[in-house]
Parts: sequence; structure tokens; C-alpha cells
Amino acid sequence: MTVLVERHAPANDIALKSKLAKADRRRKLQALGLIAPLFLFLVVIFAVPIGSVLYFSINNPEVGTIMPRVTAALESWDGDTLPGEPAFAALAEDLKASYAAKTLPRAALRLNYEISGFRSLVMKSARKAKRFEPPYKDALIAVNEKWADITYWRYLKAAGSRFTAHYLLAAVDLDLQWDGSVKPAPEERRIYIDNLARTFWIAFVVTVCCILIGYPIAYLIATAPARWTKLLIVLVLLPFWTSLLVRTAAWVILLQKEGVVNDALLWIGLIDEPMQLIFNRIGVYIAMVHILLPFMILPLYSVMKGIPREHMKAAASLGAKPATAFIGIYLPQTVPGLAAGCMLVFVIALGFYITPALIGGGSDQMLAYLIAQFATGTANWGMAGALAMLLLLCIAVLYPVYNRFAGSGGIRLG
Amino acid sequence: MAMPVHATTGQRVWHVAFRIICFLGFLFLVGPIVAIIPIAFSAGSHLNYPLPGLSLRWFEEIFIPYPWMLALKNSLVVASVTTVLATALGTLAAYGLNSAEFRLKPLVVGLLLSPMMVPLVITALAVYFFFARIGLIGTFTGLILAHTVLAVPFVVITVSATLQGFDRNMVRAAASLGARPLTAFFGVTLPLIMPGVVSGAIFAFVTSFDEIVVALFIASPAQFTLPRQLFSGLRDHLDPSIVAIATLLIVVSVLLMAVVEGLRARSERIRGG
Repeated sequence: MTVLVERHAPANDIALKSKLAKADRRRKLQALGLIAPLFLFLVVIFAVPIGSVLYFSINNPEVGTIMPRVTAALESWDGDTLPGEPAFAALAEDLKASYAAKTLPRAALRLNYEISGFRSLVMKSARKAKRFEPPYKDALIAVNEKWADITYWRYLKAAGSRFTAHYLLAAVDLDLQWDGSVKPAPEERRIYIDNLARTFWIAFVVTVCCILIGYPIAYLIATAPARWTKLLIVLVLLPFWTSLLVRTAAWVILLQKEGVVNDALLWIGLIDEPMQLIFNRIGVYIAMVHILLPFMILPLYSVMKGIPREHMKAAASLGAKPATAFIGIYLPQTVPGLAAGCMLVFVIALGFYITPALIGGGSDQMLAYLIAQFATGTANWGMAGALAMLLLLCIAVLYPVYNRFAGSGGIRLG
Repeated sequence: MAMPVHATTGQRVWHVAFRIICFLGFLFLVGPIVAIIPIAFSAGSHLNYPLPGLSLRWFEEIFIPYPWMLALKNSLVVASVTTVLATALGTLAAYGLNSAEFRLKPLVVGLLLSPMMVPLVITALAVYFFFARIGLIGTFTGLILAHTVLAVPFVVITVSATLQGFDRNMVRAAASLGARPLTAFFGVTLPLIMPGVVSGAIFAFVTSFDEIVVALFIASPAQFTLPRQLFSGLRDHLDPSIVAIATLLIVVSVLLMAVVEGLRARSERIRGG
């Protein structure tokens, strides 16, 4: 009997193993089947659209599709001397056709990104294109002698390419030249690096303020008697749960010149006349710190509550002054929470849009505001896409740092 | 934080100073939200104190069909459908994620949570470009789909958190007693993870109910939600009716927060006890 079992054992073992493997595979497939609907949903409605933002930042269809004849005619042109009559004829034909089809303004706007004044040149010429007669070269130059200037032709050719790095370079204050070389943008158009620097600076100041206010609060909650903890946490969670727009609205109302904050400061005697607190940087800082403070306090608190109080007592009993004990013993243990809080606040602050838009003035707007302006205001999708890529890149660089400190479960949801 | 009896004067001063700093910190956190509420009940039209008298006139002013009640209706419709979609998709995915290990799991988790990490303005822009091509700008469908994207990571996180404390032997027990997987899920698993699902659903609801950036990009006036209408109100006419709307939103937030905190306390008690 025993012999029989022993002889059959390996076979049973293998059968069991394959059964287990089969069950495991089935479980895996089942799991994938459960994840699949959400996965596909997010791929279609989120991941692909995000990818298409990159596409729009290099997409350059306007001139090539609206003015196809002149684009084709210039394809083999070397750009050294003024193009010949065929190119002028093609341009005249394109102007006439696209003006009649009412598609020209889009191409003219695109050309205007290359040289300001190009739009009116194109539109004015197009209005007269119906009456042009050969030779078209003379006809066009007669309308506007800018057509004899080779620069316009060079940029007309450059703007005809299917894809362009124009927007991505412009987002960092660089000008793509007609021959593919890159130069710094002219002084008066160098606004994007400034804006990026301002965005980082605002996020930095807000993060520092959040540390200064958040650290003591987190410490108080972590060390408070148990019966107080619950209430104190609710006081942090209340603003956390209140809609961002409501909190921004509250500050818009409180920071008015005749608002509650000014009244209170006057009443205490800190100021003699109402201060300008809204539509400037101070207001933006106040509101953003208020909105982001819970993101600093909650990770800090969750680290601090795990630190045994005996550590500080032990340091004190060994003769360390409170400040020494704090810097040497307590602070280092809170670094993970501090880092997580800082990264969280900083990264979220980088993408702020609504609060600066409602509370800040013209010189307090951040990168997100520019993106929204280009997308919905001036309908320059290329620029909107390029600036969005810039913002996404900044955040993609910062996230690995955040993950190192916080792990993927670092974001506490209240 | 009680002071030991042997504390020096310096320590006592620091102790008091620390308390004051914390008090000011809490005042800063909660003060602004509390301070505006009474203005909603003002009899006058100024936005400061002292109030000239108390009245409900500003609430009367917002209980008119257009724009506020339309916006409220829009918000409720969009947030409700979003909640159903996000909770269903998110719960299934969380259950799948927690029931098996596979090689690309970190990547999948990364994608499922990424709408939470990408700045809202970029998501809004991406969705705007995409919806413009397929004709979903200015539609409820578009707004709901975009809000579901934003809300779903919160469901995945809260349900996953509950599933980690969930004893899988329960499902095995159900299966050994002859329950089919679906029966076991609805009869055993779902009731046990319900607190997580409800919390997730509330997060999803709040995400949609408070969302403004996507609404700014893709909603046309017919779909204006409360936050979107509030945004216009803040720019155009600043009067206590804005505060009345804000007050209503604060009340909703507080109620939902109470439910979620209650659920969390309950599940902690069950797990800890």
C-alpha cells in the first residue's frame, strides 16, 4: 500500500501543480477582466487625450492645407533668392480660393505667429486677389511691396511644414527660424520663462508658508490628549472638504478693501487705513496657503503620531536642551512626512488656476492660466498644448522624488 | 502637551507662544469658512460686519429657477451619474487589483491613479481637445465622462483600502458552500466592503459636485453647474447671494464629511475590536 502511494505521489504532485497553476491563471484572468472596463475607459477618455495634447503642440496643418498650391510650389525652393513667377501664381490662386472659402483667416493667423503683420498682409492681398492678372509677381508686389521681401517667403515656406517645433520652442522663449535654427525670442515676447519662474516661485513661497503654519499644528494634534485629537482633525478636514471654489470665494469676500480682514486689522490697530489685499500677490499667497495647508498637515500628522514621546524625554534626561532635542531627535524623524507634504503642496500649487485667476492681478497669473487663455480665449491650441507639455514635464520630474518619500499610498484622502 | 512642574520660565513662555501660534493657525484654517456664513443672512447688501440686520432675502434670491436652481439641478444630475459610473468602474477595478498579482500591475495602478496626479488644467485641456473633435463640447455626456475620469481614482483608493482589511477566506467559504463567484461577490464581499464603497462614492460625488476647471473648459451655459455659476457670479456681481450659495455648498460638504468620517470610525472600530 505504502509503496503504491509513494510511486504515485510525483504524478499526483504534478497534477495538483498544474491544477493550481490553472486556478491561478483563471484568477488572474478574472482580475484582469474586472480591471479592464476602467482601464479601457481611462485609456480612451484620459490617456489618449493627454497624448493628443502633445500632438497638438507640434501639429501644424493650417498653411499646408489652406494654401496647398504655394506650399507645394515652395517645397523645392532653396530660400536664397526671391521665388519665381510660378510660386507667385500659386500664392495668388491660394489666396483667391481660400478667401472665397473663408478658410484663409486661420492660415493668416498662423502666419502671424511667425512675423507680426503677416496676417494683414495676407488678408489685404487676398481681398484684391480676384482682380489679379499675370504676371502675378508684379500684381502681388503692387498690392504690397512686402511680397518682394524674401523674409516673408521664407516663413511662408517654413509655416507650410506638416509638423513644427515652433510652439514647444516658443514655450521656453525660443524662436524657431525659417532655416530651422533657434534663437532667443525678441525681448518683448519673452514672457513664458518669466511665467514659469513665477509659477515655481509662488509654489515655493506657498510651500514654505505651509511648513511654517502646518508643522506646529500637526505637532499639536499629534501630541494633544486623545479626547482633543478628533476635534482638531475635524478642524483640519473641514477646509479640506470645502469646495476649492467656495474657499476662494470666501477669500474674495474677506479680502475686499471694506472686507472683514481689513476691518479686523483696523480694529486691532495693526494698520491705519485699509490695505490692498486682493488682486495682488498677497491675496494669492493667503488663499493658496489656506487651500493647501491640509495637504501639509495630514502627512505630517500621520508621521508624527507614530513617533514615541519617550525619544524627546530620553534626550532631555541626557541633558539635551529642548531645541537641541527637537533638531537632533524629533525633526529628523518627521522628514518623510515633511517631504511628502512639501512635494504634495508644491506639485498641486504648480497647477493652480482658479485661485490666482479670481484673487490675483495680471502679474500674479500662473502657467495654468496661460494654458486656459490660449485654449479657450485666443484659440491658439498649439501654444496651449506646448505650455501644458511644459507643466506636465515639470511635474513628471518631481513625481519620482515624491514617490521616494511618500510611496503611492502617500496621498491621504482625509 | 501638559507642562511638567519643573519647567523653566523660558519653557513656559515657549509653551504659551506655541499654543498661540497653533490657535492662530486653526483660526486661519477654519475662520474664513465660518466668517462668511453670517453674511448670507444679512439684511443689507454689504459684504462685511456689522450686519445691518438679519434676513433670508439672499436665500430667497437664489431659490429662483434661473440661474441658480438650474445650476443646482445640473450639478446634482452630473454628480449623481458620475458617482454611479465611477463607483461601479472603480469598485470592480479595485477588487480585481486586490485579487491577483500580475507583472504589469504597478503600471496599471499608475494609469488608474494618474488622473489624480495630473494637474486639472491639463486634464481639462486634453478632454477639451478630444471632445471638440468628437462633438462632446457643451454636452452633459462630455461633462459626466470627464468628471468620471477625475473621480474614479478616489473610488479605487478607498475601496482598495477597505479590501486590504478584508478576509479572503470569506469568499472561499462562500465558494466551498456552493456560491457562484457573482453570488459570493454580492452576498459576501460587497456587504463587507460597503463602507469603503460608500466612502468612495461620496468622494466621487464631491469631486464632481465641486469641480470647476473642466466645467470652465467644456460646459456651455445650458450645462452650467453650481461651481461654474458661482465662478461667473464672483466675476460679475459680488453680493450676499454668492455667499448664500457658498453657505449651501459648505453645508453639503460638512454633511458628506460627517458621513465619511463616521464610516471610517466604524470600520476602524470593527477592525481594531
